[in-house]
Amino acid sequence: MAILKKYTQVDTEDVIYQSRPVIASIIIMGGLFGLIVSIGISVSFGAADIDMGTVWSSIVQYNDELTSHQIIQEIRLPRVLGAALVGACFAVSGSIMQGITRNPLADSGLLGLNAGAAFMLAISFAFFPGMPYMYIIFFSFAGAALGAGLVFGIGSMTRGGLKPVRLVLAGAAVSALLIALSEGIAIYYRISQDLAFWHAGGVSGTKWENLEMVAPLVIVAFLGAMSLSKSITIISLGEEIAIGLGQRTKKIKFFLAIIVLILAGIGVSIVGAVGFVGLIIPHITRFLVGHDYRWIIPCSAILGGLLVVLADFGARMINPPLETPIGALIALLGVPFFLYLARKGGEEI
Amino acid sequence: MSNLFVEDVSVGYSGSPIIEGLSVSVPDQKITTIIGPNGCGKSTLLKAIARILKTDKGAVFLDGKAIHQLSTKKIAKRMAILPQSSEVPSGLTIFELVSYGRFPHQGGFGGLNLEDLKQIDWAIQVTGLSEFKDRSVEALSGGQRQRVWIAMALAQDTDILILDEPTTYLDLAHQLDILLLLEKLNIEEKRTIIMVLHDLNHASRFSHNMIAMKGGEIIKEGSPSKVMTYSTIQTVFEIDVNLTTCPFSHNPIFHSYQLSRDTQQLFENANEG
Repeated sequence: MAILKKYTQVDTEDVIYQSRPVIASIIIMGGLFGLIVSIGISVSFGAADIDMGTVWSSIVQYNDELTSHQIIQEIRLPRVLGAALVGACFAVSGSIMQGITRNPLADSGLLGLNAGAAFMLAISFAFFPGMPYMYIIFFSFAGAALGAGLVFGIGSMTRGGLKPVRLVLAGAAVSALLIALSEGIAIYYRISQDLAFWHAGGVSGTKWENLEMVAPLVIVAFLGAMSLSKSITIISLGEEIAIGLGQRTKKIKFFLAIIVLILAGIGVSIVGAVGFVGLIIPHITRFLVGHDYRWIIPCSAILGGLLVVLADFGARMINPPLETPIGALIALLGVPFFLYLARKGGEEI
Repeated sequence: MSNLFVEDVSVGYSGSPIIEGLSVSVPDQKITTIIGPNGCGKSTLLKAIARILKTDKGAVFLDGKAIHQLSTKKIAKRMAILPQSSEVPSGLTIFELVSYGRFPHQGGFGGLNLEDLKQIDWAIQVTGLSEFKDRSVEALSGGQRQRVWIAMALAQDTDILILDEPTTYLDLAHQLDILLLLEKLNIEEKRTIIMVLHDLNHASRFSHNMIAMKGGEIIKEGSPSKVMTYSTIQTVFEIDVNLTTCPFSHNPIFHSYQLSRDTQQLFENANEG
């Protein structure tokens, strides 16, 4: 009992450590609340302003004879939920990548996954027009895998192996190549407009059936990420330390890589190659909740969702009725953040 | 027979072997130090023992079983590893980092139970880090950081500790500080310690058993007085040493040294003159 008492009393010096779960819980609760509120606001604003009461009634008592209900149910709600989902996907995939590569600059955009997925989308648009959404998603995964494979392949080809900076350089080169190829295909097959829309990033085309298809995959990927979150923390200490602690690093990394591909692939298939969400959010989350991935994963999912919902809202509000590309808005935040991280030396994670 | 031994092991990086057909045993409850010039395979041997590198041939045996046949988590309860130059992720407190040493003892999602907390507390205390417990690891000096990693290895609660150059990059006082800590752990806790050191005098002073390697082979192994001889050191390091006795451990140490070829040159010049 004496021992028990010793560990349950709160010393002032224990506050930093013990406060982290509290902060994380606040982020999860507050973030969820913020997410719901911003989804509500975002849904009520648009070309036709609809008040919150109508938004609420369209959800609880849907009446398909009312245009306002239709707008909300068929156009705005799937779009905003899509934004939240995409933000969560990119943020969690970024968190996992930064953890297992120990690379603070890891992000599905910077490591070629997004460009790869976009490239395969171009191929699917050019050669298999009108393909069902489910196949588009699989093309997107394959593309993310292709991009990641090329980047990690090139990064590890030279002596010395996978250094963080080398990976980012390989990512930049591979992304440039894949984007150029996508554009080539787009011009040659005259699908530029479809693709330009996709590349700029937009959730406006999201439909219920798309969400219904990806939601189970995303949920499985999130649950997988959560159940491996402790292992991510251990791997982030370094490969040799992780092996020493009895971690089966190869197996764990393999599963995590699949989860990353699923999340990044889905993100791109819905919104296009939007970068920087997976870069910014994990850093902010780590700053707030510390280094424990059991908290980082859920918190970054919520904060990522919030960021993209707000960015999408901003994209519609800046210059209505025209929509500013959501990717451009996030890049406005992301580029300075990237420069800040790169200036810091990019040495720590 | 020792609990930990290496039998006919060949190991290297991507196909090119650094060590071929090497056998050696690590005495229980003793401090063993591997010495040798850069690239001699000492870290490779240590990594093979620690199962960080897979052996191409032969095996490392722990309690009579080949380690690649044991579950890695089981091994993690028997031996803890401190790799060379471990970078600390930012934003971790000392308590948090040390607590990861409990990983092999935890279930999947891993909350800390009372036993874990006791072990972590003990590890932090024995490494003299209690007052820094909730500080960020980044804020510590090199010597303190090394202590944190050792504390993490201690929290793992293993009877074997494997350390790759634990004193590198530390100043003289902190080097000694780490070695005295390891000595204390060996004496008081009967832990088997196996490590790589560059400083031969430290190796001799603190080890019961030394393994001198060159070109992937063991040139000599045994007590410091057996390994720290003029001719062995000349063969292994190509230096000529002036040996004397350590006033603290009474093992051989040297107070200065010269490159072997320079010594020869010196004699030749003297003869010519």
